[in-house]
Amino acid sequence: MSILVIAEHDNATLKSATLNTIAAAQKIGGEIHVLIAGHNAAAVAQQASKVAGVAKALHADAPHFATPTAESLAALAVGLAPAYAHILLPATGFGKNAGPRIAALLDVAQISDVIAVESADTFVRPIYAGNAFATVQSRDAKKVVTVRATGFDAAPATGGGGVVQSVSAPADEGIVQVLGQELTKSDRPELASARIVISGGRGLQSGENFKLLEALADKLNAALGASRAAVDAGYVPNDYQVGQTGKIVAPDLYIAVGISGAIQHLAGMKDSKVIVAINKDPDAPIFQIADYGLVGDLFEIIPQLTAELS
Amino acid sequence: MKVLVAVKRVVDFNVKVRVKPDGSGVDTANVKMSMNPFDEIAVEEAVRLKEKGIATEIVAVSCGIAACQETLRTALALGADRAILVETDVELQPLAVAKLLKAIAAKETPQLVIMGKQAIDDDANQTGQMLAALLNWPQATFASKIDIANANGQMRATVKREIDGGLETLAMPLPAVITTDLRLNEPRYATLPNIMKAKKKPLDVIKPDALGVDVSPRLTILKVTEPPKRKGGGKVADAKELVAKLRNEAKVIS
Repeated sequence: MSILVIAEHDNATLKSATLNTIAAAQKIGGEIHVLIAGHNAAAVAQQASKVAGVAKALHADAPHFATPTAESLAALAVGLAPAYAHILLPATGFGKNAGPRIAALLDVAQISDVIAVESADTFVRPIYAGNAFATVQSRDAKKVVTVRATGFDAAPATGGGGVVQSVSAPADEGIVQVLGQELTKSDRPELASARIVISGGRGLQSGENFKLLEALADKLNAALGASRAAVDAGYVPNDYQVGQTGKIVAPDLYIAVGISGAIQHLAGMKDSKVIVAINKDPDAPIFQIADYGLVGDLFEIIPQLTAELS
Repeated sequence: MKVLVAVKRVVDFNVKVRVKPDGSGVDTANVKMSMNPFDEIAVEEAVRLKEKGIATEIVAVSCGIAACQETLRTALALGADRAILVETDVELQPLAVAKLLKAIAAKETPQLVIMGKQAIDDDANQTGQMLAALLNWPQATFASKIDIANANGQMRATVKREIDGGLETLAMPLPAVITTDLRLNEPRYATLPNIMKAKKKPLDVIKPDALGVDVSPRLTILKVTEPPKRKGGGKVADAKELVAKLRNEAKVIS
């Protein structure tokens, strides 16, 4: 039976997490179809059809898919579901919103945030903020799975057959309206997929002080992240949050500045290849997992670091 | 307008859990249990809606073992009017809980069901969405702001929600299911007088059978293991040494 990967995209290009989700589909084994629900999104369908391992891209185009709701995605997916034994979505806000609605409509369980595939019906997922891994087996005829991007290397962009098939989009029920979106604009790499991430915590003391981190991020071409404390205090927007219920990242280098290292923050970054912690408290829990720890005043250290990298 | 709030009893967020050596699960014996933090936010929001005169009655629901009554008493102390425990010792998974909540919603006919976006034990983030699907109600997940108003006799919710790129605002008619995110509100603490009053508020216990729901788990947990341990490295003396190490030792920067 085939696998349906529901793509996340912005109507211009695929979001990188979709490539990691396709990689997870390859581990399951079977013919992979990628569903692009979008508006004027033909380029995305083309792009998806060319990804390694993809047999074909299914393209459903409609105005209400410009910013799809869980309701409209679920209606589309459930209509296509009979042909698929697996339905995969990236474990991003997009996938987490729609996946369970699809699963419930199909009367099946969802397996959330899968980090490894053991077989077509057995998956590994983190629980308790990643302090334990559960290996779970589903007996349902259909498996709805959300895939944690950091668990799988992205599928290569080329190798797929380039086949695109149009599928009809169910009409918009018009019950839920998307009044608008406020998206953070940035030229920096995307937090979830950046090679280097610099995160600020409560120690930064203000949103203005994040400019210090921005200067460092410029030098390293890094993405910017934050702890929950920094977001709650209003220093940075919510989409900067790294942690158990925010973004999960695993960059080559994660620099935690003024972050104490609560369990919930660690959940979002402890799989980073190299972790650096800068904090004035030598007993901060973050030092227990940092590969390189620097105890001191971040307001002195960060400018020094920035200067060293010039 | 009646509001149904679903709350879960979970291991307290401060506890660092340990995996049992036999791999059968996580050791929760003698561990502090609390209301799921996101559900506390849901209870708080419901209470604020009542204080604004929008909600007229708040019913708290929990599903699980008898000890979940403690969690419901906390909800009552925070401002819920009534509580319902669907009592079972069966390991409950989100689809089963959604079906139980659907049955409760059918009896209670709330205009709004609100709950945390995810439980911090299983981190599933599914129940609210599944319930919305089963009820064929609109859903607004990861809510950071909720406004409920009467528009020409129809109750509507405008919800600002946290998405990966920032924020999104949805509008929908009630009844609806909303799941809460961290910044929706800061929950109050239960005062001692309210804790005492809560003991007298109604708390009904019913069984899944009485609701006609099959709660058998769909997923079998084959084993629970520890993640790879991460050990701390050393300290560096200054920025210069850090850059040198990152360049020459870790080789993550050029």
